[in-house]
Amino acid sequence: MIQPLDYESVGFISGLEVHQLLHTREKLFCRCPAGIYTTTHDGEVLRHMRPTLSELGEYDGTALMEFKTKKEIVYLLNQRNVCTYEMDDTPPFLVNQEAIDITIQLCLMMHMDVIDEVHIARKQYLDGSIPTGFQRTAIIGVNGWLPFRGRRLTVTHVSVEEDSSREVRSKGHTIWFRTDRLGMPLSETVTGAELRTPDEVRDAILLCGLVARSTRRVRVGIGAAREDVNVSVRGGDRVEIKGVPRAAYAVKLSHNEALRQLNLLAIRDELHRRGIRGAADVRAESHDVSDQLAGVEWGFARRALESGGRVFAVRVAGVRGLAQHATQPDLTFLDELAGRIRIIACLDDLPNVLSLAALPDFAGRVEMVGRLRKRVQPGEQDDVFLVAGPEEDCRTAAEEIRLRFVDATAGVPRETRKALPGGLTTFERVLPGPDRMYPDTDSPPSRVTADRVAALRSQLRPGPWERLARYGGWGVPEETSRFLIRRGGADVLDEVVARTGVDGRTAAIMLGQRARALHRAGVPVGRLGTAEWVQVFDLHTDGRLPRECIAAVAAHMSRHPGLAAAAAAAALGISPVTPEQWLSTLEDLRAGDFPAGRRPADPEARARYHTGVAVRHLRGRAPAKDVALTLRERLAPQSKETVR
Amino acid sequence: MTLPIAERADRFQGYRSPAKEVLERFGIGVWSEVEVTNDQGSTFTGVILPRSETADPLHVVLKMTNGYNVGIAADRITAAREVGYKRAVYKIPEKEFPVDPALKRVTLLGTGGTIASRLDYRTGAVIPAFTPGELYGAVPELADIANLTTKKLFGVFSENMGPEQYIALAKAIGDEIASGVDGIVIGHGTDTMAHTGAILSFMVQDSPVPIVIVGSQRSSDRPSSDAALNLINSVRAAAECDIAEVMLCMFGPTSDKYDLLHRGTRCRKMHSSYRSTFRTIGATPLAMVHPQRNAAGSYFTYLSDDISRRDPTRVPRITPVFNERVTIQYYYPNFQPDVIDALVDAGYRGIVIAGTGLGHVNKPLYPALKRAVARGVTVVMTVQTLWGYAQMYVYDTGRDLLDLGVIPLDNMLPETAFMKLSWVLAQTEDASVIREMMCTPVNHETTPREPHNGYLILQGGLPEVEKFITGHLK
Repeated sequence: MIQPLDYESVGFISGLEVHQLLHTREKLFCRCPAGIYTTTHDGEVLRHMRPTLSELGEYDGTALMEFKTKKEIVYLLNQRNVCTYEMDDTPPFLVNQEAIDITIQLCLMMHMDVIDEVHIARKQYLDGSIPTGFQRTAIIGVNGWLPFRGRRLTVTHVSVEEDSSREVRSKGHTIWFRTDRLGMPLSETVTGAELRTPDEVRDAILLCGLVARSTRRVRVGIGAAREDVNVSVRGGDRVEIKGVPRAAYAVKLSHNEALRQLNLLAIRDELHRRGIRGAADVRAESHDVSDQLAGVEWGFARRALESGGRVFAVRVAGVRGLAQHATQPDLTFLDELAGRIRIIACLDDLPNVLSLAALPDFAGRVEMVGRLRKRVQPGEQDDVFLVAGPEEDCRTAAEEIRLRFVDATAGVPRETRKALPGGLTTFERVLPGPDRMYPDTDSPPSRVTADRVAALRSQLRPGPWERLARYGGWGVPEETSRFLIRRGGADVLDEVVARTGVDGRTAAIMLGQRARALHRAGVPVGRLGTAEWVQVFDLHTDGRLPRECIAAVAAHMSRHPGLAAAAAAAALGISPVTPEQWLSTLEDLRAGDFPAGRRPADPEARARYHTGVAVRHLRGRAPAKDVALTLRERLAPQSKETVR
Repeated sequence: MTLPIAERADRFQGYRSPAKEVLERFGIGVWSEVEVTNDQGSTFTGVILPRSETADPLHVVLKMTNGYNVGIAADRITAAREVGYKRAVYKIPEKEFPVDPALKRVTLLGTGGTIASRLDYRTGAVIPAFTPGELYGAVPELADIANLTTKKLFGVFSENMGPEQYIALAKAIGDEIASGVDGIVIGHGTDTMAHTGAILSFMVQDSPVPIVIVGSQRSSDRPSSDAALNLINSVRAAAECDIAEVMLCMFGPTSDKYDLLHRGTRCRKMHSSYRSTFRTIGATPLAMVHPQRNAAGSYFTYLSDDISRRDPTRVPRITPVFNERVTIQYYYPNFQPDVIDALVDAGYRGIVIAGTGLGHVNKPLYPALKRAVARGVTVVMTVQTLWGYAQMYVYDTGRDLLDLGVIPLDNMLPETAFMKLSWVLAQTEDASVIREMMCTPVNHETTPREPHNGYLILQGGLPEVEKFITGHLK
């Protein structure tokens, strides 16, 4: 449930990074076939990631934090979809120009300026998601815009990059990644931070999706499009919500992030009020309290101690009550500590941190708390946090608790958060700075000539806004138009309208609603290509196929591949007759009367009945619409008479 | 620091006209922080980077503030303004390498490979870390292993190593041993690492301490580099392992698991890019080096007993000589005899043939080889199969070659044979002495027998091999 929030007054702003898999034959930097996904593996490689020294000879903060986790990273390999490039045992091959072309088309659709000479860069990721430790990426276009809610939404830049591995499992200090998706070409569209409400965030995601689909050169299906949503409120800072799987989920996620930032700002203010304004004021000390907890019947401590670990109590001065301060719905600041400890200290058995101020109930709790207090000696305003696990990890966790409070004195830390079910997020990593980018010395730059851009522009399909406006003008419902654009029907639609002269609305309803219904009913209507649809609508605009029979012919054709539309119509007994012929049939029909005792008293009902009989009878021979109109005209005087 | 534009020596670094002319026109240059506008009204903010000399003269390269690089067509630039100037001054801060009297002394000799380095984030260039202080900054674990001293002998790429460097290295090793170090590490590019391993095995004999050559297959500026682990393991091997031979220390599997110590005379680079590229040929490696102690409490798992053990009292014999008139000829069908004639006429004194099969070449070559031998040229035979022996008595072809005076070198690797012949021919012209020296192993460059696990190239796809592979980290 969303608690009301005045987005304007809190200064909500959001921007998107939309990732879209491109439809290429091969991966971006090697010749592996693209789009082959597997769930098994036939080889494994183990790697570690080590931060590289930065420009000033220092380790980048993010890098160092990730190195602290000392993860053993295992990559699962399948010969069908990875080669030695993905394993980082072969340098990159020349960048896939098909992927560059598709990205250029995406840029052109978004009114962008295409980069003249594309340079491949490396973007460092030490979380293990890429075996090299960096993602190869390149800017293809800058300075674009999308028509959005009556204004222009800036598209800052679009890049093409290789996709990362999929995390399969993480336990303690080991993390497993599947590499099938690794190296797949991906476009990243970055919008300006100009979205002002969660609803706008959702709509912008939908629009970006429609744009990508409009190129007809992107992949569809689960995981083919993924969004990172950047959110901040006034006084807060940029937080990236990573991997938002559906546009609709972005509403709650971005709302809750705004809420979280407001709560973190309130916590900051409270810390300042208590005189804790910066790193120097955060006083934390940790005590090994394993001996105090030996033999206590409490799962939290027992599990750690039995497996040779320790329990640490971390006293933080002056922060009492703050761990219980709300952040997101149903979550508190304690969850902020837990998130950092889970990722950085690798303590992943939850709960992984507890506040002495709010311990769960268990036998002997009061005594134990007494013993701990005596040992740790917390003051009135202090809180004590308990962590349990391997000794080294407890030490890391204690330090993370201190660091998270240091961050809290400044408000909102810049970080990447992972979307969880329920519209909540959890810490994933610290947001890296621009210093993690550097040129890829393995790849030469690629020139993009004006001729190449012009050729790609000439093949460009219409943007979604152009089609939405055109179809809207025909009277097509917007939902149907969007469906057609999203699923590729729009290309067929434009083609049949241009080549058969069919009324746009009729064709749009057929392709966007009736065909969809047939598909759901199990009719393999997807087998019909543009050529088949042109035949069908040709027959219709020739007057040889009444509108209400189009679906039946299409269904018949899809069940009998290779059958021409005319043959399908003939097989279904569809053969229009002249108006004289069907008018005379109408006369005959009217002669017949209702079965005994079933004659409706209401003349309108009688008229409907007659029309139904006539339409059924003349199906395939006369246009239903004309039959109904004719009958209505003829029955009208009679029914008036009856009323009289 | 802003330098007046006229005083910037590297203002056009790598740029040629028309791009250079555009930089000139707008009063900007390399390292200028600029705002550039193009004919479509797009504005780019960032730093102008040097241009590669081999790149076209049509684009200006900018590192944008978001970290990406772009090349802007010079003829599309309509405006450009310098807003700052940021020349790259790269220096690795030195952190004093801690000395622990309890640890062994190791000297690292640098030849030019970048084992540890720092990255220039703007150009992607790699700046080598070399002094102990720099190395300590990059790989702090080293301080727990040994007290490290470094000496930079020269700065050349692996492929530019040659006699001058081999001789200097051998002498430097002699000096270090004389100064009483517990072990020596040599930083080296990987392409010719095995060649250096071979020549040093001949030039430096009876070493009292380990001599460990190390490099990396993924440069150390990459988070997934093998450099740090190789460096850690090589320093550990130099300081503590019991094998006082010239060895290469490189990844065993491609996974970050352990390194192997390969004997300098018996190994080869077998893949152009894999981390686990070095393999011992026709024998097993000498030892595994682990980053953590193994179950037996050691960092080393010895795989061979047939080793020269560490002995501080042993006096090394340094023979730093090299005859440059030696070549390797890789035999192929229809190899023409005039190649051999030309080599002899050009004054070559030694020819190593990598022959087919058991050590064969075609008959038309015989007269040329005969002429060569008659002119005092030493012709030796190795096998291009790499594994197995030159056994020239098996077929008539081989027997004919023996009659011509071609010396079979058993299972000596072609590159090792090249190094050995170059070293021998620098010491004698006497054919019988040459033959004697070539056929008497100095350090296992030929072995009397080949164990069955000395030849293992697992064939992928076979069910039993796939079963093995899926059960192990590659």
